Amino acid sequence: MNRREFLKKGCLLASSSLLAGGLSGDGWTKTIFKDYDPAKHFYGMGIDINKCIGCGRCMQACKTENDVPAEPYFFRTWVERYLIRTDKSVTVRTISLTRDDPAEFSVEKEMLRSFFVPKLCNQCDHPPCVQVCPVIATFKTPDGVTLVDEKRCIGCRYCIQACPYGARYLHPVTRVADKCTFCYHRLVKGLLPVCVEVCPKQARLFGDMKSFASPLGRFTRIHKMHVLKPSLNTDPKVYYANLDGEVN
Amino acid sequence: MKEFLKRFPEQVVRIVIVFVALAATLLVAWTFILPSEMKEPELQQLSSTIREAGKEIKYAGSEVCTGCHEKAHDVKKTGYHRDLSCEACHGAAQKHVDNPSEVKPASPKQRDQCSYCHTYNSSRPTGFPQINPDTHHARKPCITCHKPHDPKPPTTPRRCAACHAQIERTKVASYHGSLECTVCHKVPEKHKISPRSVTPTKPDKREFCAKCHDKASPRKGIAAVDIATHGEKYVCWQCHYPHTLGGI
Amino acid sequence: MEAAHNFKELSQQVIGFIYPNEIEIHWSILIVVYPYITGLVAGAFILASLVKVFNVKELQPTYRLALLTALAFLLIAPLPLQLHLGRPERSYEMFMTPNPASAMAMFGFVYLWYLMVVLLLEIWFEYRRDMIVWAGESTGLKKWTLKILSLFSTDISEKAVAFDKKTVKVITIIGIPSAFLLHGYVGFIFGSVKANPWWSSVMMPVVFLFSAIVSGIAIVMLLYMIIIPLRGGKIDMKCLDKTASFLFYAVIVDFSIEALDFIHRLYESEESIKILSQLVSTKLFMSLVILQILLGMILPLVVMASIKILKFQEDLRKLLYFVCALLIQLGIFSTRWNVVIGGQLFSKSFRGLTTYKMELMGIEGLLVALVVLILPFFILAVLLKLLPPWKKEELAEG
Repeated sequence: MNRREFLKKGCLLASSSLLAGGLSGDGWTKTIFKDYDPAKHFYGMGIDINKCIGCGRCMQACKTENDVPAEPYFFRTWVERYLIRTDKSVTVRTISLTRDDPAEFSVEKEMLRSFFVPKLCNQCDHPPCVQVCPVIATFKTPDGVTLVDEKRCIGCRYCIQACPYGARYLHPVTRVADKCTFCYHRLVKGLLPVCVEVCPKQARLFGDMKSFASPLGRFTRIHKMHVLKPSLNTDPKVYYANLDGEVN
Repeated sequence: MKEFLKRFPEQVVRIVIVFVALAATLLVAWTFILPSEMKEPELQQLSSTIREAGKEIKYAGSEVCTGCHEKAHDVKKTGYHRDLSCEACHGAAQKHVDNPSEVKPASPKQRDQCSYCHTYNSSRPTGFPQINPDTHHARKPCITCHKPHDPKPPTTPRRCAACHAQIERTKVASYHGSLECTVCHKVPEKHKISPRSVTPTKPDKREFCAKCHDKASPRKGIAAVDIATHGEKYVCWQCHYPHTLGGI
Repeated sequence: MEAAHNFKELSQQVIGFIYPNEIEIHWSILIVVYPYITGLVAGAFILASLVKVFNVKELQPTYRLALLTALAFLLIAPLPLQLHLGRPERSYEMFMTPNPASAMAMFGFVYLWYLMVVLLLEIWFEYRRDMIVWAGESTGLKKWTLKILSLFSTDISEKAVAFDKKTVKVITIIGIPSAFLLHGYVGFIFGSVKANPWWSSVMMPVVFLFSAIVSGIAIVMLLYMIIIPLRGGKIDMKCLDKTASFLFYAVIVDFSIEALDFIHRLYESEESIKILSQLVSTKLFMSLVILQILLGMILPLVVMASIKILKFQEDLRKLLYFVCALLIQLGIFSTRWNVVIGGQLFSKSFRGLTTYKMELMGIEGLLVALVVLILPFFILAVLLKLLPPWKKEELAEG
């Protein structure tokens, strides 16, 4: 190629790499939402199994806030109900938003342990879903939330297959992958995710691990922490206290 | 040029020309025609994060409610519902915050709202007040007797089963079914008002159970063992669950 | 919403517990068809490479047929993927911003490489001389098609033809690892998903590859046995016996690898063994035990072994080879089904099983899948017409 072409290409390369370099730090800071600086935050959630009463307010509020389809086949967060009987058999059900839970759970004298387990996207620090997305449509933000770019997702559903926790679903209308975002649109304004907001028993605690003082930080001192499927090395950021070994 | 090309077999030249033409087209398209937005994942992630951050907020958060509804908050903040967010019952209220005079949040007055949490469910943690909605004042709205912002029951519950229904329903089918809870558990009166700060006792000496279960002082029809030797290391309930038929 | 109605029916058929989002089976019959098709491509190419690289002269009659078969199926390969995407209009993004950590992102590049640099180039060099000769003998549209396809090349001297032959050999040598990559990456897509214990396995790319070789050899054998008589030719029994031999060895290797995986799973007996055993003995019994193993591998093995030992008559051999090749196609398709659909039938909670309801119509339904499977045969017919694999003399001598 001649000199003019070379100079043109060179300038383009230089400017795009400057832009890319600039974005990795400062670029994010200045533009997401007013003066919100993602580098100052790193979010996680704590869940105390002993406190959850299985009321399902979190499931309902999440559907309302995030326009999740109303049918009980798409959830960004859900609550599982476990019944462990004295003969060691285990029955698990997702609680119903329409309060038509089956009667089989009401046999008290066979009960050994029974409890509710809220589940959601674990916002893993080492997310398998981000690893497998072919077009980089799902990504980790610097403040520890995994988002899906609904304008880029091609709907191949590899991320849904790769998530060990069943946290993702294909949105039936937009035909792209969708999942819990820790209510990111609320976090940037200093609000709590709605599931934490409406929980009547403070079974869900939200925290910023970079904060000097936070409910989640105290939670991790007071309780012994557990995460789901630790052997898969996904580094989940949803920490459970009093989690029973039967939960997977 | 022609001399140079003649050194290669004619078919190779033709193939190379085709490939070079294709490669050149692709290179030109990539470098000059495609907008950088399409090629830079960082740019796409940034605009996706901005879009996510700009999504509509539907739940305002309890702190916002307190700003205008101080009186209700003052009533609520010391009662049993102090941790219950306003919007858990009144629904998403951001629209009301934006337009307080014209848009009013729901004010649930029927029984179904309270039943999400307070209908008896055997998996709820013990100590959570629950009722059977079919028998507990079946046709009256709950708010007739329980003020939602300060839901003290109109009279202090007389029976432990009001909050410990699952234990009661287990115990009633056991050998200890006819025993009142207070036979074994000393319950301070304050426990019924501040259940977490004032807790009942558990018998901590073998001699307590020996009063009925020692071979030395046999009572008619009650299983007895020689308390001096049977399971000597342990307190009785460390092996026998007193609320069931003797097992775990 | 219609989908919700289907989900309601499905949820009533769930056994045990599944995570609520798992009610929808995401990778449908189209994703079963895709690895089946690329498997045929890779397998057919490996058969062709036996001729050119390993100098198995007896297989020469299948060489050009294998290449054209591979091309016909390769051209259709992106179709099931496009039909399956939630947003097919965005699939170009795989070229714009591919994720280097994602095996699936390789698809576009591996596919283009294999199509342009391996298959099309090899077919071009193999057919170049004949295309020039045929162009000279034809008129009208056919003449100009052949002229354009041959890139207006004219040199058919001995030196040029010898050069072509050498080039074909070089391309085939490059093509073998390329074929491994084309189908092996699909195995890696499944094998690298740690969330799914049915898929997550080191052996997955290897199993995919060997079952691909089996299905590729079998399909070329089938097509050879169908097309030669249609053209009034005589089947070359030495070629057919040799092809069947390689098929036999390939099935033995494939079976051994799959048996090893199975024994290993049972022996280690990890957490997922209970649900996977339940999966195999209930939902996958028909497709895995009966179709994949018994009918798709063991029966053909027994038949082909008998042929080797008992040395049957020519006509009986032809019939048995035909039946074996068909059974093998069925078996390998079941293999793909058991991997793709089987892996989604059990919950990641390891506590339940769900059902796959394949629609008849609909963009991911059975009819579309059948069309996608049949289209390559139409393309092959066109290719065979334009670029006949056998000269008249070759057909006659058999």
